[in-house]
Order: sequence, then C-alpha cells, then structure tokens
Amino acid sequence: MATYTAQDYKKGQPRWCPGCGDHFFLASLHKAMAEIGVAPSDIAVISGIGCSSRLPHYMATYGMNTIHGRAAAIATGCKVANSKLSVWQVSGDGDGLAIGGNHFIHANRRNIDLNMILLNNRIYGLTKGQYSPTSPRGFVSKSSPYGTVEDPFRPAELCFGARGRFFARAVATDAPGTIDILKAAYNHKGASVCEIMQDCVIFNHGTHDGIYDKAGRAKNAIYVKHGQPLVFGENNEFGLIQEGFGLKIVEIGKDGITIDDILIHDAKCQDNTLQLKLALMGDGDGFPIALGVIRDVEAPTYNEAVEAQIEEVKAQKKYHTFAELLETNDIWEVK
Amino acid sequence: MNITERESVVVRFSGDSGDGMQLAGNIFSTVSATVGNSISTFPDYPADIRAPQGSLTGVSGFQVHIGASQVYTPGDQCDVLVAMNAAALKTQYRYAKPDAAIIIDTDSFGPKDLEKAQFQSEDYLGEMGIDPDRVIACPLSTMVKDCLADTGMDIKSINKCRNMFALGLVCWLFDRDLNIAFNYLKEKFAKKPAIAEANIKVVQAGYDYGHNTHSSVANVYRIETKNKVPGRYMDITGNKATAYGFIAAAEKAGLKLFLGSYPITPATDVLHELSKHKSLGVTTVQCEDEISGCASSVGASFAGALAVTSTSGPGMCLKSEAMNLAVIMELPLVILDVQRGGPATGLPTKSEQTDLLQALFGRNGESPMPVLAATSPTDCFDAAYEASKIALEHMTPVILLTDAYVANGSGAFRLPNLAEYPEIIPPYVPEELKGTWTPYMRQTNGTRYWAIPGREGFEHILGGLEKDDKTGAISTNPENHDLMTRKRAQKIANIPVPDLEVLGDKEDADLLIVGFGGTYGHLRAAMDEMRGSGKKVAMAHFRYINPLPANTTEVMKKYPKVVVAEQNMGQLAGWLRMKVDGFCPNQYNEVKGQPFKVAELVDAFNTIINK
Repeated sequence: MATYTAQDYKKGQPRWCPGCGDHFFLASLHKAMAEIGVAPSDIAVISGIGCSSRLPHYMATYGMNTIHGRAAAIATGCKVANSKLSVWQVSGDGDGLAIGGNHFIHANRRNIDLNMILLNNRIYGLTKGQYSPTSPRGFVSKSSPYGTVEDPFRPAELCFGARGRFFARAVATDAPGTIDILKAAYNHKGASVCEIMQDCVIFNHGTHDGIYDKAGRAKNAIYVKHGQPLVFGENNEFGLIQEGFGLKIVEIGKDGITIDDILIHDAKCQDNTLQLKLALMGDGDGFPIALGVIRDVEAPTYNEAVEAQIEEVKAQKKYHTFAELLETNDIWEVK
Repeated sequence: MNITERESVVVRFSGDSGDGMQLAGNIFSTVSATVGNSISTFPDYPADIRAPQGSLTGVSGFQVHIGASQVYTPGDQCDVLVAMNAAALKTQYRYAKPDAAIIIDTDSFGPKDLEKAQFQSEDYLGEMGIDPDRVIACPLSTMVKDCLADTGMDIKSINKCRNMFALGLVCWLFDRDLNIAFNYLKEKFAKKPAIAEANIKVVQAGYDYGHNTHSSVANVYRIETKNKVPGRYMDITGNKATAYGFIAAAEKAGLKLFLGSYPITPATDVLHELSKHKSLGVTTVQCEDEISGCASSVGASFAGALAVTSTSGPGMCLKSEAMNLAVIMELPLVILDVQRGGPATGLPTKSEQTDLLQALFGRNGESPMPVLAATSPTDCFDAAYEASKIALEHMTPVILLTDAYVANGSGAFRLPNLAEYPEIIPPYVPEELKGTWTPYMRQTNGTRYWAIPGREGFEHILGGLEKDDKTGAISTNPENHDLMTRKRAQKIANIPVPDLEVLGDKEDADLLIVGFGGTYGHLRAAMDEMRGSGKKVAMAHFRYINPLPANTTEVMKKYPKVVVAEQNMGQLAGWLRMKVDGFCPNQYNEVKGQPFKVAELVDAFNTIINK
C-alpha cells in the first residue's frame, strides 16, 4: 500500500484572512489524511458556501464547493452512489446548521458514512458579519445591532437529537486534538460530526478565547478519552463525578476523593445521556468544555444497508436485466 | 342479440374513491389490448385520498378509449358510463355522450346517497335529464352479496368486489374474453387465492347478468382489430414507461441508476416503480425534501452514476438551485417534471403544461438547459431514454417534461429491444490526458470530459463558483465569465435534435397546428377529424423544446395560418416568438386541468381557418 504525506493532499494557496482558524484546520486535515492513508483519488471533499466552504479548493483530492447549505445532501448522493469513496463534508455554522439544518439532521438520522466537519466560528463571515445560529443570545452583529433575541443551537444537542452516533470536538489551533478526532471520524462507520471551534479574526475575534491557546485549554477544557477517567486541570487535579441527574466537579485528593471515584468516559455507550451532558458543558456553567471524541457508537450505515438490500433482492428476484424486467409484465402478442 | 361493429368506443368507470374503479378500468383496458385493440386511458382521481363516502368530491373516474385502429386520446366523451353511486352519476354524467349507455348500481341510490349527491328528489334520472331506456339499472350490491354469500367473507370484503361486477357487465357489453381478466386477477392476487377466486366469481356473475337480463335490449359492441403492428405488447402508464426509460438508459450506458426524490403527486409513481427494481441495481433515496432530492442526485452524478431526480412543478421550484449547480459544474443529470396544475399547490392531481417557461428560464443567471417533452404514455420511455443520453453525452442537466395526463394514462407498449437503441457513450476523460487535463477542457462539440472520482491522476474540484476556462480554478475575470457563459450556451445549442416532422397536408395546409408534449394525441385527433371533413390541415408537434429543431423557423413560416395550442396561457407560443423572427401565431389556450376535448379543438381551429 502506498504511503502519503500531507503534501500529497495539498493544493493551491488558501485565501482566508491571515489568522483565520480555517488555516489551522486545513493543515491538520492534510496531516490527518496522510496518517489515514487513503489515496487522494479515492477521497471526495464536499462543501457548501461560506468562508470555510472554500476548503475543497485547497485539497489535491476530488471535491466540490457547491451551493449554500446543501453539502450534506450532495455528499449523501455521492456516498450512496459510490461507497468506495471516503467522503468528507465541510460546512460552517451557517451553511451546516441554518440553511442546511435539515440535511444535517437527516444525514445523522440515516447514518450515512460521511465525515461531517462543522467549522464553528459563530458568525457569518463571507457575508461580512451577521449572527449565526450558533451565536449566543444577545450577540451584537451588523444584523443584530441591539443584540439577538434568540437562543443558539448547540451542535451536539442537534446531532444527538437526530440520533447522531458520533460527535467529537476540537479547537482549530490544537493540531494534535484535531488530527485525533479526524482520524476517529474516519474510522467510525456512519455519520461522524466533528465540531471545530474556530476563530473569525475579522468579525468574531475571540469567540473561543478561553480555549484557543494551550494555556487556556489547560484551564477551561477537558480532553475526553474513551475508557479514561474524566480528569482535567493544569495538573489533572480535577475530575467529574455523577451526582443526582447531573455532573459535578471534584478535586482529587480533597474530601476523600481519589482517582477511582472519577467517572470513566464511555464514548461507546448507546445511551447518550451522559455524553450529552459532557458535550453541553462549558456554556458559562463553570464546567470545562469537552474536547475529543464524546460519542462513538456503532450502528448500521445507510449506504451499507442500501447495498446489502440490493444484493439481497438480486438474489431473490429472477430478473436482472432490462429485457428480463420487461418479461415480468402481462404481455400479449399481436401476430 | 344486437351486435354493433364499432370503430372505437369510450368507456368511463366511475365511483367512490374506494370503489376500485381504477382497477376495473385497468383490467378492462388490458383485456381489450390483449385482443389487439388500440387503447388510451385516462385515470381521473380526486386529490383527497378518501373523501367522505358517497360525496361529490370523492368520485374517482377511469376512462378508456378502445379502437380497432390507432386511438390517440382517451376520448372526449364516453359511450358507456359506469356510475357506482349517486355522486358518480351526478358528477360524471357530463362526460357521457347524449346517447351513451349508463350502468348504475341502484343499491347506491337510496335516500341518503341521493342526499349526499345533492339530488332534490328520488327521480334522479329525471333531474339529470337521462332517458331511462339508456340506463342499465341493476341492484349490483345485492347481487354481489348473493354471489359471495357462501364464501364466508365479511360484508366489507364483499363490497370491495362490486367493481368486478361492473367489470363483468362491461366485458359482456363488449363481448370480451373473460379468461384474460381471470388471468389478470389470478396474477394480481397470486398470494391471496381466495380473493382472486371471489373476484373471478363476481366478474362472471356480472357477465352472466348482462347476458341473461339485457341481451334483448342493449347493444353488444364489437371492436375488431385493424392495422396491427405485430409484436409483443404490454399495457404501460407514462410514469412506468419513464422509469423503464431510465433503467434502459443506465443499462445501455453501463452505469448505476440513482434516483433522489421526494414524494409529490403526480410524479411519485416513478419513485415507486424504480424502488422496486433493486435486482437491477437501481438505487433510490427518498430524501428529506425536494432540494435534497436534486442535491443528492448531483452528488451521485459527480460520483459516476446516471442521476435522476423526479418531481412536479412545486418540487422543481425547490430544485432549481441545485439544477443550476449541475449547469455550472457541467454534470449529467435528468430532472423529470410531471407537470400538474399550478401555481403553488394548485391542482395537484390534474394536468397542465404550465411549467414550460419554468423549465426554460426558472433559474438565476444564464442557465441553458435542454428541455424535452414526452408526447404520450408510451413515448415517455423513449423520451426518458433520450433525455438520459443527452445528459450523459453532453454533460448537462436535462429537463424531461411529462404531465399528469401522460403520466397516469396508459397505452399499449410494444416491448422495446434495447439492442436497437442508440449507444450511450459518455465523454470519459481519456487516460492519455493525465497530467494535462483540466476540468473545463472541451471536445470539439463543446462538451467537457467526465473524470469520475476513483481515477488516479484526475483529481479535481468542481463548484458553483465560476471557473477559469483553462485551469479550472475559481475565476472572477470578466472576460472569462463572458467566455464560459457563451461556451455553456454553445454546448447546449450544439446538441443535435431531429427535425420537426410535419404531419397531414404538408404542402398545402391552410392551417398548421402546433403543440408540444402530452397534447399530441388530442391535436392529432383534431387534425385527422378536420382533414376527414375536407380541410387542409397540417401539424407539427415539439418533443425537443431546447434546443429547438433546426427546421423550426422554416416550418413555422411555411403555412398561411398557424395555431399554437397548449394547456397554458401561451408559453410555447412565447418561446417560439422569441426564437422565430416575426412569428405571430394564433393561440388556443386552456388551463382546466383536464385534457383537451377534440370537438372543442376542431371548432376553434375551424374558426381560425374561416376567419
């Protein structure tokens, strides 16, 4: 098998603003693809419209930079028609969750084997600064000069609500964290949603400030790993335990708490209750933001089921060509 | 017994939505076609799935025209009307000829039934002005009950067989071989032999009732078969023929057939039909919306399938953005629009030709797209095949227009031999271009090459943004956009389409009748009738609307008078005025949701000739 380097997936000169989070993500995607090792000719990268949707132009793979909001639907057809392709769908928060919200939930519900990248900067960048469906309530933007009066989507909640089987999160500037979840997304068979926290330096600079650098993440984020205790802090001195219907932060070594009391992360648990709690942490609630693979549950994929059904029906039915199909009708002969 | 030889006869079955009139009509059509008669059918069903029983809005009709030689339409009015209840008689009598025979189930004309049908008195025949001598009034429900009394069936199931009694009666009236109907029922209910047997019993009872009770009064019609084209035939609806056309094209091209669709009347049967044929590898995805139906098809096309999306007008509105994406990405795609009454939800189950301009122009930017229109139920097969061939060979989305009338109607379909159909050869990028190929490199006919993902060395990015002619990279260069716009237009203009054929009095017609798509049969019948009465008339019917046939101008300008007849307010006439310099035709426009009436066409055309 051929081996590849990040260079093999690279093309062109990105035209994003200097400092844009998309640059960081793109570099991680190139590296992740090299590590995954699928040939560029067997990859399709499909985006919608928006700043982040320019991404396919910087890939040396097959791809399409399509129309606003439809990337998931177009990727669906691509994967179902040709399941040998590794299909990556790239959208921003507007493309993926506003105009494309319907396709986002249905791709998750059907569990099509797509790697669905959601680059979340909580703003419309290409149209120059309007609030997006992930902007917080009260957000001031050009289209909300007095602050928004609506609540945002929390992408994980939407994904889980649509029966999503895979949800992971990374910060764009965190290359190892991003590469990790991209590889996990590839390895997961089914719809894999990766939320990438990404800064728009022009219209929403600082939106992910608390976690955008390593020092911030040490304080404000928790890296979750399947089978590992949920600990965080600069010296892993804190941990999460379950209390009542919720989670609670404890300090290891205090009040008799030991590492053995800490909740072990289970990304493979079918019941998504605790995974959702992890995914929703950090929304001004004093909890750290969860990074890494939060949910990764196996389930039959749509594309495989489509192919299996075709094979099954082929074996059952006696007609396999157009000429044979005609013969299944009531036919009469005029002589 | 009086046996009357007839050239052709129109029968209309009508009853409550749940009365099984479509099935009775279908079986009668099949029986007639099997003996070699020409048939044309028109199911006319209400928009409500089950309107209140016995109500005027719940009446469902099925009209079939059977002829000794070619029939082109389901007929304006019927010679025999079957009315299974009072509401059916009330609403359907208008489709009966003045001397039509009328079959009614007197059991469904009780006080309540008459009230629901808004009759004022018990003299319903008098109210409608129907001569009782023309009516075959039979206590149909009672007889079906008696016939099935010893089967142990419950009353609900017994009542479901009433349609078969009517069928039997009509078969007697037309001297039909019941064995063909029996075989049909055995096949249809192969898994429920008891149901098949009950139905067969009732058909026989209906036949015997006619034979025993009415043999002295009513005519028995005989329709011989003339002008036979030898071959093997099946009955096929337009929607089924369309689905078959796509299957045939995919097989010929050696590609997977992919359908992305969303249920919409009257196009849904195409989704149903294609979903059945997984044993031929057909992949159908019932999408979350119309947008996704088209978008997923664009994705499937990129991935190397023959991609199709099926819909009706409201759905095409939603698909238009993704259709345009296929225009700029120059990917093959077929968009099937089974036209219905509009605007908005309009008349969902009725037929119009009102999407023509939407098909030609309903997208942003300069967006040229080939448009074809099928002329009859059986022509849907060829039209779907040709639409697929154009899409694949010219790397473009293609719109195939049918309509509710053509889609639901049926005709005798001579089984096609795929070997006789033209090859479909997409312009796959040749291996030797590896290294120098760019996405918008074109062949001499202006078509770009198709590089399907999976091929090493041809990785490329397409998209909705304008691309540089040479490199394929995003370009906002003004000259390049102008050039690419022209190249996309030229590519469509270069598609070869057959010349417009002129029928009738080609050389010396006083009037040329012009139409497109599903009105072919009615216009043809009108022309034949006018020529039969000594008028000089010709006809030119468009199947290819974009690009137009090369001889369009020549034909449009050859005759002293031209009438463009269409089921819209003048969309084809407008398109032709745009394309044919100084063209100023007469127009015949109707948007009633119903097929044209040949008699009305003849009147209107005669007026034009005489004025």
